[in-house]
Amino acid sequence: MRELLDSRFRGNDGLDSRFRGNDGLDSRFRTPGVLPQGSFAGPSGRGNDEPMITRRQFIKTGLIGGAALTAVGLFYSRGLKEAPVAAVSPGLTLENRPIIAAIVPAILAGALPESGEARSKAIAQTVDGVGIAIAGLSAASQKELAELFTLLSVAPARMLLAGVWPRWEEATPAEVAAFLQGWRMSRLELLRSAYAALHDLVLGAWYGNPDTWDAIGYPGPPEML
Amino acid sequence: MTIRDRFLEGINGGWQVIDAAKLVADRALEADVAIVGSGAGGGIAAEILSRAGLKVVLIEEGPLKTSSDFKMLEADAYPQLYQESAARKTKDKAINILQGRTVGGSTTVNWTSCFRTPTTTLAHWQREFGLKDLTAENLSPWFDAVDRRLNIRYWDLSPNANNDALRQAGRALGIPVASMRRNVKDCWNLGYCGVGCPTNAKQSMLVTTIPAALAAGAILVYHLRAERLVLANGRAEALDCTAMTPAGIHPAAYRVKVRAKHFVLAGGAIGTPGLLLRSDAPDPHKLLGKRTFLHPTTVAAALMPHAINGYAGAPQTIYSDQFLDNVPVSGPIGFKLEVPPMHPVLFGTTLQGFGEVHKNLMSEFANTHALLALLRDGFHPDSPGGSVQLRDDGTPVLDYPITDFVWQGVKRSWLVMAEMQFAAGAKRVYIVHEQCNGYATMDEARAGIETLPLKNQLARVVSAHVMGGCGMAADEKRGVTDTWGRYRQLDNVTVCDGSLFPTSIGANPQQSIYGLAARNASRLAEELTRQPAPALA
Repeated sequence: MRELLDSRFRGNDGLDSRFRGNDGLDSRFRTPGVLPQGSFAGPSGRGNDEPMITRRQFIKTGLIGGAALTAVGLFYSRGLKEAPVAAVSPGLTLENRPIIAAIVPAILAGALPESGEARSKAIAQTVDGVGIAIAGLSAASQKELAELFTLLSVAPARMLLAGVWPRWEEATPAEVAAFLQGWRMSRLELLRSAYAALHDLVLGAWYGNPDTWDAIGYPGPPEML
Repeated sequence: MTIRDRFLEGINGGWQVIDAAKLVADRALEADVAIVGSGAGGGIAAEILSRAGLKVVLIEEGPLKTSSDFKMLEADAYPQLYQESAARKTKDKAINILQGRTVGGSTTVNWTSCFRTPTTTLAHWQREFGLKDLTAENLSPWFDAVDRRLNIRYWDLSPNANNDALRQAGRALGIPVASMRRNVKDCWNLGYCGVGCPTNAKQSMLVTTIPAALAAGAILVYHLRAERLVLANGRAEALDCTAMTPAGIHPAAYRVKVRAKHFVLAGGAIGTPGLLLRSDAPDPHKLLGKRTFLHPTTVAAALMPHAINGYAGAPQTIYSDQFLDNVPVSGPIGFKLEVPPMHPVLFGTTLQGFGEVHKNLMSEFANTHALLALLRDGFHPDSPGGSVQLRDDGTPVLDYPITDFVWQGVKRSWLVMAEMQFAAGAKRVYIVHEQCNGYATMDEARAGIETLPLKNQLARVVSAHVMGGCGMAADEKRGVTDTWGRYRQLDNVTVCDGSLFPTSIGANPQQSIYGLAARNASRLAEELTRQPAPALA
């Protein structure tokens, strides 16, 4: 994530004006409950009136945050030993699978079957498709995405960066949509590009699947006689 | 009807083709000429040098996929045939780059649009870079030869409805549009050029020059990444390569060392500077990898009152140079207007938004027309392009900040595209920007576009043309290569791809690469054999 942060800040515009104050991420970890949703490039998508930190401080916070998150991650990993082992499929890990599974229904709202087995099957297929797409990316992109998912898999980051308070497994599509909308319209280039990656992965996996073509009037490739 | 796969027939008939992913030990190869990259530049060079009697090794990092593999499915094609699964991005992730990575390079997946290098571009090169040899007159025999070799000619079938919308817009507004030339033979007009031509109609390097080179004894090695040139005394002695795993993303265990008298670099305008940077090639004026251009491209989608079915039919057959020809080349950035093929993944991932909004736009997919504006970058001091850098793992990445000068062109292109789409009968126009919810009239569009922030990721900017980074010039202070593509600081290294261009081309670049490659490879063949070079077949 650190690399991801650095790369985004090059040539960025309008960041400095937006962030003021000095309450870094680490302080939020101690009191996450007091933060209003959407305050950190959150789901409101307002994007213009957020408080926060300067660019320099954000980078610094990113580093501190990274260390803090590692500690949190280690703490959580003890619990993971008892968790069921995720099915092994390309591009999917214990960390990214529940996040992708939460994001898919939000990005595909209206496109997915309404309910029942058809819906769960379509979601599962799309999650698998996202995994396959990730596995096909360059090693450098895979690393950046892994960093993003690692970050989002840790509760404080999920709450503070994404504004999603429940666990990913329990987040509603509306809550996830609010998170995506916040990142999509964020004034922070890093979050916009992370949104764009999720957008492309999910919609690519969805519309690459022939089952989705009827709904958009695409007949598929012509038969080669 | 079964399509003959002449590539597989050739392999069965004894062509020397090696899959480096299947190596079980390190390997050494010797050649007169090693060519890195099998796209437009490498393919042309491979044919000319092989037919001149030189022993050629042609190295490709991507896989070998041929017509039998091309099933017209995006889900297969993007991971297999494109750099970084068709998701290659500039360093700040603001521009998505479509670039081929397979035997035949981008020519295997391009949309077959052919243009000779515009005379305004050549005149600018003469003025600014001293490239006095590169006149339209001097280049024309090479473009003629390429026309014959790749069957480049005007497309005489009707344009599909997506292209026809551009034609109608031009007619309605009095803006000149023209037909394109295409490199196809017996084309079925299917519309799937971008995912590999299933009928071998597209005259890509995969079905033309590479088979000719293999028939003349060249060796093709695919799934092989060129890591670095071993340099000594101002020469390249060898090329160290790493075999890739079959998926082509991660290196495998085995190495291949290629020794050659001469090295031709044709890995594209990100790959070639990347290889030279990894090799610590001498670069006294700090020009290597700099001035890399993209034709930054904007997109406008329009809901039309009738079916467009933009997935069917030759993808690009109509264009307009109105906004290139009528502006000074070094003034505010001009742009070429074309249309893209419409396929579900390409369009669905490009289109803004998510959820119901996105779904509703996609439900009109068959009635949607899209326009592209390709911005002519590199002709103005405020459009210096990007620079190729190396990541920690040695892979190249293009840092291309979009300057305000370019953003102003982006905005002008949105206004023009909206106006043209309404003139063609659009019911609603969607600039591909996260804050655009569509416009019902031109007045609405004018007011709306005025409010769209010119910011990375909010505005969708894409590219399918990477150029520059090893720019030609008359002297070493302005370019690392000369007009013959020779790398100035290395006696036996020739660059032979789009990285030679000192600016963008201002048109789809494939024929500019073919023509220059034919000229320069012929000269190289004569130098190495002291015989007249063979003509292209």
